[in-house]
Amino acid sequence: MAATQPLLEVREVSKRFGGVSALNGVSLTLDPGEVVALAGDNGAGKSTLIKTISGVYQADAGEIRLNGEPVHFATPEAARGHGIETIYQDLSLADNLSIGANIFLGREPKRKAFGFLPVLDRAAMAKAAQETMARLDFHVTRLEAPVGNFSGGQRQAVAIGRAVYWNAQVLIMDEPTAALGVPEQRKVVSLIHTLKAQGRGIIFISHNLQDIFAVSDRIVVLRRGSLAGERRIAHTNHDEIVKLMVGG
Amino acid sequence: MSSAQSSLSQPVQPANPGPNVWLVRIAQLRAWLFLCLLLIFFETWARYQYGATFLFSTFNIQSVTVYAVAPLLLALGSTFVIISGGIDLSIGFIMGLSAVVSAHAINMASGYLPPFPAMLAGIVAGVAIAVIPGYVNGLLISKLRVPPFIGTLGMFGVARGVAFLLAGGTTVPVANDWFAALGNGRFFGFPNVVIVTILFLILMHYLLSQTRFGQHTYAIGASEQAALRAGINVSWHMQKLYVLSAVCAGIGGVLYAARYTAGAAQAGEPLLLDSIAAVVIGGASLFGGSGSISGTVAGALVIAVIQYGLVFINVEPFWQFVSVGVVIIISVLVDQAQRSIGGGRR
Repeated sequence: MAATQPLLEVREVSKRFGGVSALNGVSLTLDPGEVVALAGDNGAGKSTLIKTISGVYQADAGEIRLNGEPVHFATPEAARGHGIETIYQDLSLADNLSIGANIFLGREPKRKAFGFLPVLDRAAMAKAAQETMARLDFHVTRLEAPVGNFSGGQRQAVAIGRAVYWNAQVLIMDEPTAALGVPEQRKVVSLIHTLKAQGRGIIFISHNLQDIFAVSDRIVVLRRGSLAGERRIAHTNHDEIVKLMVGG
Repeated sequence: MSSAQSSLSQPVQPANPGPNVWLVRIAQLRAWLFLCLLLIFFETWARYQYGATFLFSTFNIQSVTVYAVAPLLLALGSTFVIISGGIDLSIGFIMGLSAVVSAHAINMASGYLPPFPAMLAGIVAGVAIAVIPGYVNGLLISKLRVPPFIGTLGMFGVARGVAFLLAGGTTVPVANDWFAALGNGRFFGFPNVVIVTILFLILMHYLLSQTRFGQHTYAIGASEQAALRAGINVSWHMQKLYVLSAVCAGIGGVLYAARYTAGAAQAGEPLLLDSIAAVVIGGASLFGGSGSISGTVAGALVIAVIQYGLVFINVEPFWQFVSVGVVIIISVLVDQAQRSIGGGRR
């Protein structure tokens, strides 16, 4: 355990909003190929913590280390540039564009038509989309279809595919299974297994203890902005986690 | 392999396979299909009633295309704005403002310059003046978060008033042979204004379908959040969209002044609704996210054919308003139907 350097280390991070203390010296580590679930009641500080990691907020105290190096992200773009990608509940996809166009949104590749005219390289986007989705075990047949035509689980896979294509090392997933039916939830759970096997680190926020126990290696429980406890999945059960969450 | 794994290895089909692809294709082509039906209708009517041809007369084709030019120029800019989920109501009077300013500029420049550079000065002044209201529109909408409908409605009034003030409440005649030739001359038998418009629409088609600017316009129309999170500078993009829309109106105004050798503040007044109608008939949704230049061109031609065709077959001109109105309503209904069958796209 001590031999491998953690991918991500959050040390004693605090964040205040006016008089309200949203995070109180919270620490968390994430190893490559590890899935850490973030659990806690509403208002426990889960979102504040992930937003601090992903550059939306800046910590008032404490530090964040990525591969052992201290980092400060002024914007989410800066965090993304360092391979920290957040996949939000509402997915942030443009429904009218294809998978490829969504993966490359904001950084579209170009080619020269007739040797001089710069145009979007749709063939390259489609090819990258197919390869990326295949890495997630999704074999897409209709690459030109707008993502609005796909189901919730498939769209989740597209959002994850975008992060994977841009080489995200840390994936933060906010309630990835919340809006999905049971079969679709199972797909997302197995997607997380695939990402884990590729050596990426995943922070997984969920209210669903079943999903948490199905995919995570460790559970970090927050309560009122502080660390309430941390357990390995193998050494705990639903009851204990619920007690940590509600403070029983 | 667990059951979850095996279900993942299935090829992924879009949740609504099959008819969707066709519906989308038909949606893209529907304005062109409709244009064909209209042409067949007028051709048949003309043959049976008058024993004349509608479609195979060069004069008719030229009249229709020249008629379509002005609303089309406005509609090209509006296509971008509407795809992004906005609307620009000020373009009609921005067109008038540009027509008046270009006429004044040529008259003033003629005192110091030979006719050809004087014309160029007028064209530049007419297009440049349009940038100001476009920039203010963009500022109101992107930075100050004024709803596009209200912001551009305000600019509609401002541009209207300023255009009439500059024109002194009347039309401003221009005496410049080059300018008159631009508006009324022909090049290898094709009216110059049509050639200029075709070149411009090819440029707009390229911009919308082949560049990041176009791609980001679609993305913003689908979800501003998604565009923001993808790192797109949404507010700067909106700013550019409204300037583009105003510049299209400015070019329309300059061509208007060239064609009538006079600038008139009310040049674009009747064209605003026609141009928005062209975009909508062309398959764009007023909710944003869809539309194309090819569709808009077909939409503008549909309106021009209806208006010219009804005159041609001797129907009272007021039926033009009725039929264009009916076509707009049908287009929106077809769009709604496709939305509910097609699913996904909201």
